Amino acid sequence: MNRAVTTERITPNSGFAKAILGESGVDVNLCYQCGKCAAGCPVAYVMDYPPAQLIHAARLGLEDLVLSSKTIWLCAACETCTTRCPQDVDIAKVMDAAKILGVARGYRPALGEVRAFHKAALANVRRFGRMWEAGMIVSLKLRTRRFTKDLDLGKRMLRKGKLRLFPTLRGARRAARVFSRVEKAEEEREST
Amino acid sequence: MRYAYYPGCSLHSTGSEFDLSLRAVSPRLGLELEEVEGWICCGSTPAHSVSGLLALALPVANLSLVERMRREEVVVPCASCFRRLKAGHHETTESPEVMERVNAVVEPPYQGTVEIRHPLEILSAPEMLRRISTLATKDLSHLRVACYYGCLLTRPPEVMRFDRHEYPMSMDTVLRAAGITTLEWNSKTMCCGAAFSLTETEIVYKLTADILEEARAAGANASAVACPLCHANLDTRQSEIEERLERTFGLPAFYFTQLLGLAMGIPAGRLGIGKHLVDAGGLLPPEPEPLMEAASVVVCRECDLPTRGGGNRE
Ligand code: SF4
Ligand code: SF4
Repeated sequence: MNRAVTTERITPNSGFAKAILGESGVDVNLCYQCGKCAAGCPVAYVMDYPPAQLIHAARLGLEDLVLSSKTIWLCAACETCTTRCPQDVDIAKVMDAAKILGVARGYRPALGEVRAFHKAALANVRRFGRMWEAGMIVSLKLRTRRFTKDLDLGKRMLRKGKLRLFPTLRGARRAARVFSRVEKAEEEREST
Repeated sequence: MRYAYYPGCSLHSTGSEFDLSLRAVSPRLGLELEEVEGWICCGSTPAHSVSGLLALALPVANLSLVERMRREEVVVPCASCFRRLKAGHHETTESPEVMERVNAVVEPPYQGTVEIRHPLEILSAPEMLRRISTLATKDLSHLRVACYYGCLLTRPPEVMRFDRHEYPMSMDTVLRAAGITTLEWNSKTMCCGAAFSLTETEIVYKLTADILEEARAAGANASAVACPLCHANLDTRQSEIEERLERTFGLPAFYFTQLLGLAMGIPAGRLGIGKHLVDAGGLLPPEPEPLMEAASVVVCRECDLPTRGGGNRE
């Protein structure tokens, strides 16, 4: 297991914990380090910091450690931790907040491909209103340059009629409107 | 009973057999599903990883369409959509401030009146279970089904308010009412890796292999799911997992609606069972002999009874 080693000055109730609170509404200071979240997390085995450590690091204000960790990008959003936390810390939401803050503060995502997937998927929904999987997969491949991954599987799924060759555009306008309004609202919020 | 119906993106593509089989069993159970006109994607995992506001605005935009239809309840079969729509409703109705922020980007504004229902919730009501028992006439006693609920159907419990969150039973109850044996096992709500299918596929291999292993150990010869992401991992990725582990699972994954349909005597073809990658052939009940000369038989979509050619097929 990794240990969070730092030479930074550690302060409880850090500014970073407040930033997480602002982004997600979750107060990491409530955590009393029982470790339950880490015990039940199905992907803790590949994380650099298990969820309990990550929450503690956020609490101590170790911004660099949290925002450049793999953990926040490896979280599968299964919400086992959130469900089981005796202190009602919504850990899964902290993982999301950290991804969002990390991107906003210019940290390079530790798992670029996961970030590329999120971007490809949302660009697709913005454009078509409903996810067009085949198109999304192609654009993901263009972003990650892994052209041969899952090629066989894709072919088999096409044959079974599980991937549509063409997108629908029903709802496209409504989706585009929601996206651009959200963008505007977020810009306004940042500038205030 | 008439409901608004939000299929979501997966049920129109990778999980189209979930849609097909739900539509096939619904009329028999007295459920009328009216698809939400102009629905859009709920945003799923990508949205909540990228923007808190977008993650609420997308589902709420759909809930406001349900209100426009003047429906109070919307049926949402995909576990991920179900989770996101519930989140949209929960967070906006809990906090006037959030409602205001979301309604500033959603049109028409959401009033907070919609109830979001999973088909399992509707079907596991006592009255429905009785109806299912009467309609399920096919013998499927050779099946040993591990019901796999996945993460999102029940978690987090304060928001989902659906079944027991660590050890849910609704799917078991529904299938048992149809005369199908379901098993006690330990991985009902373990995560399959879901959204990592396309990116961190190694994680999916590991988590899904664990689930398949558990199901086999419990003595299952099939699994039942209620989520297109679970299905994609359990079915679509199964042969790759077998190759890596040099082990055969041969465990067909059904949507629970497909199993209900089979129990009610609906032909496998109309339930989309041929779309699966893991062959379920050996487990299917024999198809009935054609009643009339094949060429002139048209099966009525409503009641499944063969009619003479020229009937209305829509
Ligand atoms: S389960 Fe909650 S209280 Fe326990 S370590 Fe995790 S965040 Fe802290
Ligand atoms: S939500 Fe993320 S951190 Fe929590 S248990 Fe699931 S994968 Fe682990």
